[in-house]
Amino acid sequence: MKILVPVKRVIDYNVKPRVKSDGSGVDLANVKMSINPFDEIAVEEAIRIKEAGKATEIVVVSIGPAKAQDVLRSALAMGADRAILVETDADLEPLAVAKILKAIALEVAPDLVILGKQAIDDDSNQTGQMLAALLARPQGTFASKVDIDGGHVVVTREVDGGLETIRLTLPAIVTTDLRLNEPRYASLPNIMKAKKKPLEVRALADCGVDATPRLKVLRVTEPPVRAGGVKVADVDALVAILKEVGVA
Amino acid sequence: MKTLVWVEHENSLVKDATRSTVTAAAKLGEVDLLVAGEGVGSVAEMAALIAGVGKVHIAESPAYGHALAENVAPVIVELMAGYDAFLAPATTTGKNISPRVAALLDVAQISEILSVEGERTFTRPIYAGNAIATVESSDAKLVITVRATAFEKAEIGSAGAAVASFAGPGDVGLSVFVGAEIAKSDRPELTSAKIIVSGGRALKDASTFAATILPLADKLGAAVGASRAAVDAGYVPNDYQVGQTGKIVAPDVYIAIGISGAIQHLAGMKDSGIIVAINKDEDAPIFQVANFGLVADLFTAVPELTAKL
Amino acid sequence: MPSIIDRDEMVYDVVIVGGGPAGLAASIRLKQLDPDISVCLLEKGSEIGAHILSGAVIDPRALDELLPDWRESDCPLIAVPVAENLHWYLTAKASYTLPHALMPPLMSNDGNFTCSLGSLCRWLAEKAEALGVEIFAGFPAAEVLYDAAGAVIGVQTGDMGVDHNGLPKADFQPGMNLKADYTLFCEGARGHLTKRVKARFDLEAECQPQVYGLGIKELWDIDPARHMKGRVIHTQGWPLNESGTWGGGFLYHQANNQVALGLVTALDYANPYVYPFEEFQRWKQHPAIRAVLEGGRRVAYGARVINEGGWQSVPQLSFPGGVLAGCSAGFVNVPRIKGTHTAMKSGMLAAEAVLRAIRSGRKQDRLVEYDRSVRSSWISLELQLVQNAQPLVTKWNDKLGTCLAGADMWLRTLFGFGLSRPMQHRSDASRLERGKKHRPIAYPRPDGAISFDRLTSVSYSFTNHEEDQPVHLRLRDCKVPIDLNLAVYAGPEERYCPAGVYEFVGQGEGAVGLQINAQNCLHCKTCDIKDPSQNIEWVCPEGGGGPNYPNM
Repeated sequence: MKILVPVKRVIDYNVKPRVKSDGSGVDLANVKMSINPFDEIAVEEAIRIKEAGKATEIVVVSIGPAKAQDVLRSALAMGADRAILVETDADLEPLAVAKILKAIALEVAPDLVILGKQAIDDDSNQTGQMLAALLARPQGTFASKVDIDGGHVVVTREVDGGLETIRLTLPAIVTTDLRLNEPRYASLPNIMKAKKKPLEVRALADCGVDATPRLKVLRVTEPPVRAGGVKVADVDALVAILKEVGVA
Repeated sequence: MKTLVWVEHENSLVKDATRSTVTAAAKLGEVDLLVAGEGVGSVAEMAALIAGVGKVHIAESPAYGHALAENVAPVIVELMAGYDAFLAPATTTGKNISPRVAALLDVAQISEILSVEGERTFTRPIYAGNAIATVESSDAKLVITVRATAFEKAEIGSAGAAVASFAGPGDVGLSVFVGAEIAKSDRPELTSAKIIVSGGRALKDASTFAATILPLADKLGAAVGASRAAVDAGYVPNDYQVGQTGKIVAPDVYIAIGISGAIQHLAGMKDSGIIVAINKDEDAPIFQVANFGLVADLFTAVPELTAKL
Repeated sequence: MPSIIDRDEMVYDVVIVGGGPAGLAASIRLKQLDPDISVCLLEKGSEIGAHILSGAVIDPRALDELLPDWRESDCPLIAVPVAENLHWYLTAKASYTLPHALMPPLMSNDGNFTCSLGSLCRWLAEKAEALGVEIFAGFPAAEVLYDAAGAVIGVQTGDMGVDHNGLPKADFQPGMNLKADYTLFCEGARGHLTKRVKARFDLEAECQPQVYGLGIKELWDIDPARHMKGRVIHTQGWPLNESGTWGGGFLYHQANNQVALGLVTALDYANPYVYPFEEFQRWKQHPAIRAVLEGGRRVAYGARVINEGGWQSVPQLSFPGGVLAGCSAGFVNVPRIKGTHTAMKSGMLAAEAVLRAIRSGRKQDRLVEYDRSVRSSWISLELQLVQNAQPLVTKWNDKLGTCLAGADMWLRTLFGFGLSRPMQHRSDASRLERGKKHRPIAYPRPDGAISFDRLTSVSYSFTNHEEDQPVHLRLRDCKVPIDLNLAVYAGPEERYCPAGVYEFVGQGEGAVGLQINAQNCLHCKTCDIKDPSQNIEWVCPEGGGGPNYPNM
């Protein structure tokens, strides 16, 4: 069984994004970039499935600038077998990404695609579902547990208010939630070895996909600042307020 | 513009998020609803009472019983032949189904809108809410998920809209629902609670934390949270932590007790509806974001508050 | 911890500890001289530049020697040449411009550039990697490896996945032994391994103790109308003189309508109530500084110590198997507040010495010739000219001291001798006096526009550490913070730490304990330096932890 893991290079989760003063977007100059945390969980899950003897090859793919090779190398260092970079400097929307991934999936022919439920930059939470639709395959989104069971995958999903378990016919698409696993550290020897693993770079134009954006970002602004309110005199005043807002 | 809204329901009740989504849809034009599921006749009747709704489509089949995206998305795609926009609440169900619909329609999805700025223009949060993008769609049809807390709930009227059955393609045979385990706890779960009482390091130790915070939380039916400092000091386990490195919460009411309001903590709760702070230090940064602040010794104020509520 | 851990091992020709200007310059020089030499460079930050914090106004002298065509490349240094160089003496309300004619020519910034040192290091790292240097960021050198005879034979990287009790977690990943013919320590000021090799080989036997200043810096986007690209300003006087200490402020107008500004507080202060973070906040509120910042927006915050010992504190640089370069050795020109060029130069000289030795079949011995080459290089000439400036200011306060320092530098520039022989230092820790001898200093409250509280500020360093790991700020004796520091010295760690790592908190029934918020740590090393009984030892946390500076 082959597993395809799409990964995205995004602003590091420790860094607080800063909106550019001209409202054109978020300033990414000199900002630390890393693998999207949900995608890192996807890589980890794929590796665990392979370590359990249920998969033979893990292919990681990223769509982005040349620098996205760094996140592919991280995934290779964790244990993926080979990598593909579809190189583009354009900012692609999830639909275009899903179409490119479909082209890659038809070529690699994975039994399972695992990817993050969303990227922490645009927070779209769409790509996995869209890829599933385009490939006419089932989807197990927001996974907190993944079990390969013969020709099926049983996915426990984090849904509002609890957990839900579904059984999907392979090939299938799974998107990861935070609690699925704790990704491993890439060890120094594995980072060294990863430099020798195959990483193929191809141009976006070679994918034969129309990646024209459908949405126009008119402006990006900072969220409204929360202003401090009033100080109340005593507990009785607080009780009155809590009653007024309906909590007591 | 003709819009179709996904009705989110549970235990034969229409969830509130649906009503907020109707409010968002009404800003675009006419609103029809889709109720999909098994034995959802009463849900459809209830949904038909939401003010401003023109028509309710009801798709009843065991295949739609658990809102499996594989089976439900084709129903929506078929119906969308007669609509310009599809809106679903940004719940886990809405987030699961909508992108599948969008891809089948070959249009972009606009996720978790916060406001409707025009017929094709919306605002939505990006970078975990650290920025707000205003986007304009050029697609023929719109597919949108709606952040329910950003819109008022549509009223419940008295006159019911028409209800019409819709068959849809049924089970496409890709997925099967196995089971669900809905979290049951005496105390609401932190990330979904409507009220949270949170304690900081000023609570001194684990037993003082419990003795001070828990009675108030019990009285309010609130979940219990804590600052990183309180977790670090061992007053409560790790999964109580609210903040940048802990849980991000946005309850209707957040009561911060003995929490100074380090930025890491604020990052985790700043989207709460109303923030109440009780702290001895009048310069504590928490007061800069609190709607209501009480400068007092928490060891007298909190028991008094608990008693008087 | 399992007592015997099976560690992987790799052997390189050269291992370099630290990806700052010294280490990167050394790695580039090595590969330029011999493309076949294997060079491994370790960086504890999550990426190159993540832990770099400097002003900076940079003298390109060493870069001209290392990469002569840098001006024709995409090097970020080129963007902003210094256009205007001002020196202000501040009083609480006013500022007086010191005429440049009074200053020795070495104080000129003609031909220098103002730039983020982090950005420059990222650019240097690209050059190094293109030459084949293996750079591993997020992997700190945690231990020095010695052979039976006591020579340095490499370093061990830190273990990953160790819990707060020191036990391995499920994702435990043992550190690796990286062995080398020669190991270069380029850790920056107060490097934790440098400290150990200095002690082990008694490298400071014949020099003065190193002394430090704590630099606290911010980066701001300012109103374009107030921005004057290439203008660099240094300040002296207020507010530090009011608190009985000294140091200096800087404000550099850099590219993209940004200013880099900061205040360096000398860590030899006596009054334990001195609060460097608050001094910086106060300094920003000076009318002359505030005027630049108003309407602007803070982008980043950080802190790092800087060496202030000068030439007389430069230790023996070589020892069996290794050398010190850059701020690990301490080549900062204190009155010029510049050390990047000397750091790079020392890295290059180390590289040249290492390569000659390897070519002649030597390994893991002492490179005395590196000591000699530094002492006969322009580093030595430049630092000797200014060697009494810092001690004169320390001794005679900022007004008289500055005049004397100027006179000393003039004499040395014109006639080759100074006012006195190289003056002496005392360690910063030993300078602290009892709390009883001093009064608390009242600092103004932050206004939330120009000045801020400390914890909010820390969030602008983007620092983070894995929560479940041993505390990397170790107390030799856990009673000292309460029984000595709090009882006698008024708990100075609560104030000197620019990240609020140390807090004295009530533990019920009148008891007080020291809470160490290690997660906030900015790796500035102040605690390791200033603790009065040297009770705090900074050790390396898990790799990748610490600040994530964008371009500081």
